[in-house]
Amino acid sequence: MKMHLDEKIWLFLSFGMIMGFMIFTGYQAVALGMGPPSHKETIDPKKVDQTAPFDQPGIKQIGENEYEVVMTLQVFSFTPMEIEVPAGSTVHFTLTSKDVVHGFQVANTNLNAMVMPGHIQKISQKFDEPGEYLVLCNEYCGAGHQAMSTKIIVK
Amino acid sequence: MQPALKTTSFKQKTNQVLGISLEDARISKSYLAVAFIALLLGGFLGLLQGLNRAGVLQLPPWLNYYQVLTAHGILLVVVLSAFFTIGYFYAGLSHTLGGLLPKVRKMAWIGFWMKIFGFVLAVIPILRNEASVMYTFYPPMAASPMFYFGLVFIVLGVWMLSFGAFTQVANWRRNHKGEHLPILAFFATGVFVLLVGATAFVAVEVIFMIIPWTLGWVDGINVLLARTLFWAFGHTAVNIWYLTAVSAWYVIIPKIIGGNRWSDLLTRMVVIPLVIMNITGGFHHQIIDPGISESIKYMHVFMSLAIGFPSLMTAYAMFRVFERTARAKGGKGLVGWYKKMPWGDVRFLAPFIAMVAFIPAGAGGIAQSTNQLDQVVHNTMWVVGHFHITLGMSVIMTFFGISYWLVPYLSKRVLTPAMNRLGVIQTIVWTIGMVIMAISMHIVGLFGSPRRTSFTTYGNFAETLGWNPYMAAVGIGATLLLIAVILQVYAVFNLMFFAPKGVTEFPIAEEEAGAEKTPYWTERWGVWVILMLIVVSMAYVLPIVDMIMNAPPGSPPFKTW
Repeated sequence: MKMHLDEKIWLFLSFGMIMGFMIFTGYQAVALGMGPPSHKETIDPKKVDQTAPFDQPGIKQIGENEYEVVMTLQVFSFTPMEIEVPAGSTVHFTLTSKDVVHGFQVANTNLNAMVMPGHIQKISQKFDEPGEYLVLCNEYCGAGHQAMSTKIIVK
Repeated sequence: MQPALKTTSFKQKTNQVLGISLEDARISKSYLAVAFIALLLGGFLGLLQGLNRAGVLQLPPWLNYYQVLTAHGILLVVVLSAFFTIGYFYAGLSHTLGGLLPKVRKMAWIGFWMKIFGFVLAVIPILRNEASVMYTFYPPMAASPMFYFGLVFIVLGVWMLSFGAFTQVANWRRNHKGEHLPILAFFATGVFVLLVGATAFVAVEVIFMIIPWTLGWVDGINVLLARTLFWAFGHTAVNIWYLTAVSAWYVIIPKIIGGNRWSDLLTRMVVIPLVIMNITGGFHHQIIDPGISESIKYMHVFMSLAIGFPSLMTAYAMFRVFERTARAKGGKGLVGWYKKMPWGDVRFLAPFIAMVAFIPAGAGGIAQSTNQLDQVVHNTMWVVGHFHITLGMSVIMTFFGISYWLVPYLSKRVLTPAMNRLGVIQTIVWTIGMVIMAISMHIVGLFGSPRRTSFTTYGNFAETLGWNPYMAAVGIGATLLLIAVILQVYAVFNLMFFAPKGVTEFPIAEEEAGAEKTPYWTERWGVWVILMLIVVSMAYVLPIVDMIMNAPPGSPPFKTW
């Protein structure tokens, strides 16, 4: 098969670019622990309220500048509602849904995870900048989906 | 064998001299008519959404945003694209394989009515607000069972059409032993193989999981598994529309600009990996899902990015063909040759812009299917911008460009200079509208504005104020797009029924004189299908077994709208 030299160069660069993406992604995911939220625990979606830790949703300090938030998502709200943490703290979220599929997204952060009934999802974030952060559901969940939001206050 | 061969080639000749037979033309015209009616309706609903998100239109309670969005998605992603693809490829099969066989024609009509019946079944509950579940219908949201029965008939219709195409191709191959399948039929084979492969997943989801569950025969559904099966279909579907557009780039456009086709072997080598590796791309829609391990997700990033490679081969091929053709016409200089391209010809202009749009579209796609970057933009307006630039520009503008010769070819009419001018205007209006809309969507998505969400300020949250100007731009884009839709639909129906009578050719470019002969191994479709099944199994067996073995108790159905 005849192939021009410039086509060979182009295809070599194309291949290199894709491999470059893979290497960067793999390095960040494995070596820097930046992989996407992929928690594998399951839960009975009909018994969320009776199952620990979701029987007591809320915020708990678990270390210096470290907090754990246990949160349930349901049409069309987040429980607990408002969360307050001091600036510089790392927050570990443990999430599940009591009904349909929801999304957990915090604008201006990298917090973004699908929250599905029957599955427990985990994601963490360090909040350095003080301010109010908008928490919203980014998976269509029904008639009131556009109202499903809350906030995180970083002081 | 010998007489059969002669009759076929005789038919092939008459077909090329006299144009398409009336019966074959009626099939393709029917498909295209449905496609463009869907464009009109879907476009109008798109305008309603655009204006709602711009904050200038409050939808009445009897026509809520999510109902409109569900219909918009289904009309444009499922009806417009599928009906166009089928109408175009059936015309192509008829033209390049010597007319459709009578039984294939019958299959095409059965498929047509099955699909129409399916859409009617699906649309009734949408109109009654009993199926506002979006084009993705993620369980445990449950629509009225009628919606899912509609989907089943749509899939059965697609299978009927696919087997019609396979029958036609097999018959041709029987009568042309040792010959290469004409290139457009080669693309068609790939497209229909993928359609069967992709819809098989959604058929399993709907028939074995959702229908028994909405009818109350089983209590719970495996939410994650259903989603996974959906995306094996959902992503492949849009790639099939893209492959259809690519077929026109390789086969049709070189002829329109008066040049030759790109290397036949390399063209077929783009089709083959796109068929083999396509279905596995679906997983990247689930990068931030729970219940799937990071290593599986990483493997799927690779599987998704791998299909970027044939697209990059295409990018090279297209611009090479343009340059070669322009230089043969006396084009000079490093970039000066571009002046020799037929810019005033809508049949070239629209698909050309479609190709250029695929550069940012493909780059955005590579970025967002990469683990960490997906997490930044997942389910934000960025994604909406992405599929409007890929489907709304790269695919649909190619389809528009095709319509300006395919429709008159079918109706035995001609594209007049006045209609061509209208087409150029339509192309420009559409391009401006789509560029404004897609860019605004990408930017506001990076700021965090979510997709599939009607107008909201989240209780006047300060953050959302910054989103508003971009959303207003989305509304402006949507308005321009509806104007372009009306022009396009007018052009199609004018060319179908009212344009002056005459002969329009089906433009298929030839290979360069003295081109190398393509080796015969490219024709081994059995091997490609087996390789496809192997790749699909590598991608899906492990995670699906895991999802079934480690499934949580099932979820009951919910109607939350």
